[in-house]
Amino acid sequence: MSESGLKVAVRHEFGRNAASRPESFSLQVDFSIDPGFTILFGPSGAGKTTLLDCIAGLATPQEGCITSSGRKLFDSRAKLNVPPQRRSVGYVFQELNLFPYMTATENVEYGLFKLPLAERCRLATAILAAFGVESVARRRPSEISGGERQRVALARALVTDPAVLLLDEPLAALDAATKTTILEDLRAWNRTRQVPILYVTHSRGEAFALGERLLVLENGRIVAQGAPHEVLSAPLQETVAQLAGFENIFDVTVDSQHPERGTMMCRLGPSQVLLETPLVRSQVGDGLRVGVRAGDVLLAVAPPTGLSARNIIAGSMTSLQQRDVMVQAVVDCGVSFQVHLTLAARDDLRLAPGNKVWLVVKTYSCQVLRP
Amino acid sequence: MTIDWQAFWLTLRLAATVSVILLLIGVPIACWLAFSRWRGKFLVESLVALPVVLPPTVLGFYVLVALGPHSPLGRTWQSMTGHTLAFTFTGLVIGSILYSLPFAVQPFAASFRSVDRRLLKASAVLGASPWRTFLKVVIPSARAGLISGFALSFAHTLGEFGVVLMVGGNIPGVTRTVSIDIFDQVQSSNYASANQTALLLLVLCFGLLTLVYGLNPRARALGAGQ
Repeated sequence: MSESGLKVAVRHEFGRNAASRPESFSLQVDFSIDPGFTILFGPSGAGKTTLLDCIAGLATPQEGCITSSGRKLFDSRAKLNVPPQRRSVGYVFQELNLFPYMTATENVEYGLFKLPLAERCRLATAILAAFGVESVARRRPSEISGGERQRVALARALVTDPAVLLLDEPLAALDAATKTTILEDLRAWNRTRQVPILYVTHSRGEAFALGERLLVLENGRIVAQGAPHEVLSAPLQETVAQLAGFENIFDVTVDSQHPERGTMMCRLGPSQVLLETPLVRSQVGDGLRVGVRAGDVLLAVAPPTGLSARNIIAGSMTSLQQRDVMVQAVVDCGVSFQVHLTLAARDDLRLAPGNKVWLVVKTYSCQVLRP
Repeated sequence: MTIDWQAFWLTLRLAATVSVILLLIGVPIACWLAFSRWRGKFLVESLVALPVVLPPTVLGFYVLVALGPHSPLGRTWQSMTGHTLAFTFTGLVIGSILYSLPFAVQPFAASFRSVDRRLLKASAVLGASPWRTFLKVVIPSARAGLISGFALSFAHTLGEFGVVLMVGGNIPGVTRTVSIDIFDQVQSSNYASANQTALLLLVLCFGLLTLVYGLNPRARALGAGQ
């Protein structure tokens, strides 16, 4: 870790005897992050917000140590607990928590109270302009759009020049285009500052778009870390696979291996269905698991020919369910496959339960997981 | 005889003094009630609420005893000033503060409790000390409750009778308030006079509450009537 990074090693337990959480929850993590984006990825209830609260000083861990840019913020052994207002941590909350009775400018100036008035004004105006919200400077949070609120909240956190930046799903409610431009602004801001940014998300898209590094938090523990494409494309653990959106996870047995082609054939569960998958270190007869995203499976109503895809599996349609603008189909091929289709595809192919169909799965759409 | 203006101004002076003092001491008490995690808090809450249910004569009686020359407080005051607290304007102020305490503290505490705790977190991470957070976030968020608590304690003191009579008696220009004046008028069958004074008090109280609720629609949502 470089001197300007953030180092966190804490154990935080809470919820004992609390009616709302019958089981106590414990967060136990040990990691360090460098300047730049690090994505904190995990399902709700994994402890992401709790972890950010510990770093910001809004929650006090039972034990551990938190160091930011070489400065100790928390050390249970030394009984050191720097209060939140002196940690120099920028925090953009999931609910933003803008002060509702203050204008955008007043919100942004809030953290600058130690500076002279003229300087405060200059910095606030500059950062509102940098985030493209100078036109709403005199308006209150209730009078501006969701995207503008998010920008004001970011500006309010960044203007104080924090040594660490914590972002708790700050862009969750935004459309993709707005999200992208805000992320661009954020990158531009950090190009000169080079502070560690811990960015909480449960969106794969955001994780890929942003991350130099990814931490996967599950049940209070970090279960995987690395570059997004490593962690999300070749998951080591099934929790990661589920997070990454593998709707189909099968128990398989290695049937044969073809090192010269870099593939192997796996038998799906108790069925006769064979699936060609990328080769991993294993022996014939080993039990593994394979994950396939429902969106990566093609569906045909006649036996497809002339395809490059290696896996063509016959089956019959069990059910079709509309989910928003997408159709979730379940196909029985001896094992049950989940397939995602568009509404138009369902209507054009006149799909209905009972139809005979063929599933097409590319070899590299099959992710082999450690059992 | 028409309206006793002396009693009227005395009552306004009493109500103003009491509601200002209650604002000063009620805010810290309410703040503690709203934010403290002490388990025995309910004891203090019950104590604060006591004047709501206690007959004013009971409260007045104990205040009178406490202010009298036989109590430590009464003795100390007498040795410092040369006269007793009972049957003085100061004594009246002390009795009224105790009597109107819940009418200030309860709306204050309710509004402090309703302050969004997430805003307090936001303030802290933006570098604000707890004191600055209190001034810049808690007070503005709780403004409606502060105004209604202030107005309620003012209005409640305007109309108080039992405690005033027990503690202050009926000394014109010192402790004779409007409600005692009305009582006197009725006792001596001066119904026209009583009606004039009563109507004035009614209009004043109604006007005050209209002003509070009109200026401050959010106060309606708070337990202003408790």
